[in-house]
Amino acid sequence: MSAPQVIKLAILAVGGQGGGVLTGWLVALAEANGWRVQSTVVAGVAQRTGATIYYLEMSPAAERAPVFALAPSAGDVDVLIAAELMEAGRAVMRGFVTPDRTTLIASTHRTHAVAEKIVPGDGRAPEAEVFAAMETAAKRLVTADYQRAAADAGSVISASLFGALAATEALPFPRASFEDVIRASGRGVDASLRAFEAGAAGDVPRPEREEEGEAGPCGPARLMAEWRALETRLGTLPAPVQAMAAAGLRHVVDFQDPAYGREYLDRLDRVVAADDGDFALSVAAAKHVANAMAYDDVIRVADLKTRRSRFDRVRREMGLGPGDVAHVTEFMRPRVEELCGTMPAGLGAWIEARPRLVRWLDARINKGRRVRSDGILWFGLLYALAAGKRWRRRMLRHRVETAHLERWQALVLETARTDRALAAEIVNCRRLIKGYSDTRARGEATFDKVLAALPMLDGRADAADWLRRLREAALRDEKGEALEGGLKTIASFAGEAAA
Amino acid sequence: MAERSFTKEVQDLRLGAGQEFRGEGILAITKALLECGVGYVGGYPGAPVSHLIDVLSDAEEILDELGVHFEANASEAAAAAMLAASVNYPIRGAVTFKGPVGANVAADALANLSSGGVMGGALVILGEDYGEGSSIMQERTHAFATKSQLWLMDPRPDLPSIVKAVRDGFALSEASNTPVVLEVRIRACHVYGAFETRDNRPPPLTVREALENPQRRTDRIALPPNTYRHEIEKVTRRMPAALDFIRERGLNERFGEGGEVGIILQGGMYNSVIRALQRLGLADAYGETQVPLLVLNVTYPLVDSEVLGFCRDKKAVLVVEEGQPAYIEDAIAAALYRAGAGCRLVGKGTLPMAGEYTGSVLMEGVTRFLREHGERHLPDAERAPGDGAPETAPPDLSDIVPIRPPGFCTGCPERPIFAATKLVEEELGAHHIASDIGCHLFSILPPFEIGSTTMGYGLGPASAAGLGVKGGRRSISFIGDGGFWHNGLTSSVGNAVYNQSDDVIVVVDNFYAAATGGQDVPSSRAASAARSTQHSIADAVRGLGVTWVREVDRTYDVGRLKETLTEALTTPEAGPKVIVASSECMLNKQRRERPRREQAIAAGERAVVPRFGVDEDICTGDHACMRLSGCPSLSVKTLDDPLRDDPVAAIDESCVGCGNCGEVAEAAVLCPSFHRVDIVRNPGRAERIAARLGGALIGWLQARRDRRRLVFGEGG
Repeated sequence: MSAPQVIKLAILAVGGQGGGVLTGWLVALAEANGWRVQSTVVAGVAQRTGATIYYLEMSPAAERAPVFALAPSAGDVDVLIAAELMEAGRAVMRGFVTPDRTTLIASTHRTHAVAEKIVPGDGRAPEAEVFAAMETAAKRLVTADYQRAAADAGSVISASLFGALAATEALPFPRASFEDVIRASGRGVDASLRAFEAGAAGDVPRPEREEEGEAGPCGPARLMAEWRALETRLGTLPAPVQAMAAAGLRHVVDFQDPAYGREYLDRLDRVVAADDGDFALSVAAAKHVANAMAYDDVIRVADLKTRRSRFDRVRREMGLGPGDVAHVTEFMRPRVEELCGTMPAGLGAWIEARPRLVRWLDARINKGRRVRSDGILWFGLLYALAAGKRWRRRMLRHRVETAHLERWQALVLETARTDRALAAEIVNCRRLIKGYSDTRARGEATFDKVLAALPMLDGRADAADWLRRLREAALRDEKGEALEGGLKTIASFAGEAAA
Repeated sequence: MAERSFTKEVQDLRLGAGQEFRGEGILAITKALLECGVGYVGGYPGAPVSHLIDVLSDAEEILDELGVHFEANASEAAAAAMLAASVNYPIRGAVTFKGPVGANVAADALANLSSGGVMGGALVILGEDYGEGSSIMQERTHAFATKSQLWLMDPRPDLPSIVKAVRDGFALSEASNTPVVLEVRIRACHVYGAFETRDNRPPPLTVREALENPQRRTDRIALPPNTYRHEIEKVTRRMPAALDFIRERGLNERFGEGGEVGIILQGGMYNSVIRALQRLGLADAYGETQVPLLVLNVTYPLVDSEVLGFCRDKKAVLVVEEGQPAYIEDAIAAALYRAGAGCRLVGKGTLPMAGEYTGSVLMEGVTRFLREHGERHLPDAERAPGDGAPETAPPDLSDIVPIRPPGFCTGCPERPIFAATKLVEEELGAHHIASDIGCHLFSILPPFEIGSTTMGYGLGPASAAGLGVKGGRRSISFIGDGGFWHNGLTSSVGNAVYNQSDDVIVVVDNFYAAATGGQDVPSSRAASAARSTQHSIADAVRGLGVTWVREVDRTYDVGRLKETLTEALTTPEAGPKVIVASSECMLNKQRRERPRREQAIAAGERAVVPRFGVDEDICTGDHACMRLSGCPSLSVKTLDDPLRDDPVAAIDESCVGCGNCGEVAEAAVLCPSFHRVDIVRNPGRAERIAARLGGALIGWLQARRDRRRLVFGEGG
């Protein structure tokens, strides 16, 4: 039996990525070269943002029509194009990539699945194992960030992947023929050809962004002198702590002023004094004390929203040139809590102690406010609000945050006397407190719930490990089911120990 | 309004004798219908035959030229009922819908139709939605064929075979006075290939001509005592006529000669079986096979004599029949047993009972069959498993690679409806929520996880009726505009009114049937030359007796939706509460408007392009926004900041500026990091000057402040 060559090619993409366009180009390419070709796709609801497979078979022209299959089979694919990293992983897992024959072209960028995004912590799938699996499974592996290559060229990933395929020479067609297909397609030809070119070239290292931050701040001489004094103090910290402490210091000084930076270093000194060895506790404290001190109050938000660097970033992200006009609308919803938080501590607390007054006030201010922060009126208001920074230390929010910080730090220092590893984990639990309004309140409640397990862990050699596990469980789902499970486990062995 | 336009492709429908058609399966089927002198066509969209309706809609000019009547039917039942035109008139008719759910809906009409039988050829082109990429429960249409006695064709999945099946189907239908179901699988519907065309043929008798000379035959009507005669006639006259036709015309095919084993397969399985044989070295690229095949292009009725003839000299045959129950295998078993044949029958068991017969499954099954029954066929490597190169299992990444089911598109107007529902549930507690068929069913998945059941198209509110006791917590049911007009108006809303339900019905209206590709429905917002649109859903439910009706004409208004839902759940007013939540499908809207906008911008016209952004230094990485969104353009990124443990939110350039992020942040009091940027392309002179002045003033204020404090670079 004669065996004409049949090339089998599968594309794994996320619905909406343009896999259909790429398939159409491949059909045109094969036909332009006088080959017979068959393609199949699954269109419809299955395509809405879900994982989708496109499949083609082609063979040189012959009198008779070959029998082509309609779907890829494990171990029987010559070229696999994955338009996203995890889709490449899926292709490998399904056996479509085999060392005897498959050329795997994979874009290394990530389109995160919903399941990865909704996790309160970091739910993103680890990539290293996928890269390793691709290496093992493919006969030939070609990877690059084809999404970026296409976006930089003002086009879509189908064009850069088409270029990557041309460059592999896995199909016996000249590169000019690929380009002709794009030209004949008629829409966005120039951008597509640029993306094709970039895809064929593969990864080009991106020019590194200047490390602005490392250069240190600039400002009036008096403040710079204070800053240099703080930097000198940084140098006296144990070596392992210095890098994190430097980042923390910048953060809190940026939040308030050099005096606040001194306060930060004072707090850190107390932890360092209770620490030794690898200084894991101090490094954790350098991070989380800074985060706790630089809480997100109204003043902070107003400050960040009105900064020049923020204006520049928005223009950069939106790809605006110097002459382009853009209007920026903010979505704010201040509540009575924010109002009281910015009041002098005594007054704020007085109001908060009166529920009826709180409700009355809340009904008046708590509504969505969409403000044009690029307009002089609202910019001015936010700018003025940011200037409230000088009174911040007297405000209710500051008192509340500082009290929380003090309690937490006292607990850490107390614990460090007997179990430094556990103390470090208590510090790390601060990661649970994030977000605004209800989200933040839930975060605080979770923080308290995790730390409430401490008495049950008292005196255990593996206490730090358990607290870490609880924190990780709490970051896994919003409803706290994993955390509940962890707490039950601890309660059960704590009960046994008591009995 | 359809998602995909076929106006260019339909020109291929004009190809004449001896020319080559190249294109998709469904377009080929349309061409074949015209070549067969079809008199009328209709159907209801649903994957994988949605595009068939689009093709027909775009081909109305050609249909008119030929005198072919086309209806975009209100449901599969309406489509099947339309075939009544072939009962009394010698006119060929074809309708299309998906199987088996479409056949479920059409079952009443199909049973009536097949009882009396047809005079003109009647063809149901049925897209069998089974296997990977399917959006429905996994069942088979086969049962409808056997119970109502409709002939079922399952042709080989290449264009020449499918086109031939259309021609054969009409002839078979006329020869046996029985409607024929032509089953085409998902991938075959979308397979790209080629076939040689014939001239189009105007129908010998047009619908118009038939109307001028109305005919009736009382004995064809399904009413006793005719029905008793129909049943007898089915087995004494129509079945034998069909069997003769199938045999004489050779509708089923045999490939390969000799051998002590063989394979009997559904036509639709042919390419996959050949592929397995090719990989075993038992067939060449053209399908020349060493293992004889009997390919059943007609899977019902089974021609016993053909089966017995094929099995006569064989030790064993393998039946390749996808899906369950194993109707064909059982019929073959009965035929062999009745004939006392000694051939061993292998099928389910060697092949899996259920699930798609993928390439790998068939490869494994065929190998196993040959190893056990036809070893001499097998290459050495396959005869003794374990020898030769060890098969390495592909790396298991199942714990790493996330599942990626279909979901709401970027900017989908249904997302804010479920965000609002989730927020209402946070305040009022959990409710029983009934879902329906359509894109809105994606609500059952994360991040919303809303909805307990789906009971069929247009049946969402009807499915909540069992829990419809008054005075308790109300249920909420969702129904799309497609489902509403398909069946929902009567079965769901009418049922609720009549039974004095107090529950809440949310009609998700996205201006047309969006899930199937944007086909028009009576409430489509756009005017249509060919159809009557712009019929109000709110008016329809009021007409049915609903008194509490609210229309939210911008679903992105999460606050308003939240208030409206809360009111519906708490109002003392009796009777069903109907909320019509309307905004256009963003996928289609962008496909239509983006090129238009880009053209305008290129021509120098002023245009405002909205897009959302996240302030990365304000976002704390709690991802609360994503738990109320799931938008593909809203994702996470790592910041280059050692103080941050968790990735922060980021919006990429695919954002269409729908507004959901801002609305949700506002309604749920999430965080102030979201902002909308309205990019003004080609701004006017006054606008540019105003922006420059404002920018200068702001820049001065920023510089003033920066002079008085320490300024760190980004990330400080």
